[in-house]
Amino acid sequence: MSKARDPVLMFVALLLFWVLLNGSLASDVLIVGALAAAVISLIFRNGLGFFSELRLTPRALFTTVLYLGFFAKELVKANLTLARIVLASSLPINPGIVKVKTRLKSKMGRLMLANSITLTPGTLTVEMQGEWLYIHWVTVDSADVDAATAAIVGGFEQYLEVMYG
Amino acid sequence: MDSVLGILGGLLAVAGAAFLLLGGLGLVRMPDVFNRIQAGTKATTLGTLLLLAGVACLQPDWALKLFLIGLFVLFTNPISSQVLARAAHRSGVQRSPLTSVDKLEEDIGERA
Repeated sequence: MSKARDPVLMFVALLLFWVLLNGSLASDVLIVGALAAAVISLIFRNGLGFFSELRLTPRALFTTVLYLGFFAKELVKANLTLARIVLASSLPINPGIVKVKTRLKSKMGRLMLANSITLTPGTLTVEMQGEWLYIHWVTVDSADVDAATAAIVGGFEQYLEVMYG
Repeated sequence: MDSVLGILGGLLAVAGAAFLLLGGLGLVRMPDVFNRIQAGTKATTLGTLLLLAGVACLQPDWALKLFLIGLFVLFTNPISSQVLARAAHRSGVQRSPLTSVDKLEEDIGERA
C-alpha cells in the first residue's frame, strides 16, 4: 500500500469535514480550511490508521454498507434487550467478564470491533491485550473462550475482516 | 409534506427521549459500575441518534451538521465507556455479588 496516499486521503477528509461544518463553499472558507487541513495532514502523516488501513476495494466498500446495516440492527436489539432487563422487576442479569479472541490484525479493525461490541447487546469492552479482548457481559451465557468468541465477536468479525483485515 | 416530516420528526424525537429515559432508569437500577456503564452507553447512543434524526426532520437545513454530530457520538461514546470501564476495573471497584466470572481478574492474578 502506498504511503503517499495517506496524507492525501486525510487532507481530503478533513477539508470535506470542514466544508460540511461551515455549510459554505466561499473562497475564504475554503482557503482557511485547506491550509489547516494541509498542516494537520502533514504533521499527523502516520497518525490515523483509519485512512491507511481501510481497504478501498469495491468488495470492502460493499461490506462496509452491509456492516452498517448489521450494526444498526444490533444497536436497536441492544436497546430493546436492555429495556427489557431494566423494566423487569426481578432485574434478570448475570454479569461477568469473559475473554474472547479476535482474528483481526489491524489496529483500526480491532478498534472498530471493540467499539461495535460496546454498542451491542449487553457487552462492553473493558480491556484489550493484543488479540485478546476482555468483555463485560450483562447476561453471561458461557464463560468458555470459544463459545463467548462465537457469540460476541463472530458477527462483526466477518465484516471487519474484509474491511480492514 | 411539511406536516409529514413534522410528525415523523416528533415521533423520532419522542422515541429517542424514551430510550434516554430507559438509560437513566438503567443507571438507577443496575447493581454495579460496569452494568451501569452498559445501560448508559447503549441507551444514550441510540437515544441521541434518534433525537438527532428527529431534529433533522424538523429542521432539514441542519441535517448535515446533525449527521456529523451523530458520527461523533457513534465514535466517542463507546471509547469513553471502554476507558471508564477499564479505569474502574484497574482501580478495583466493588463488583456486584451477582458477578459470575471475571477472566480479566484471573489473568492479571496470573501475571502478578
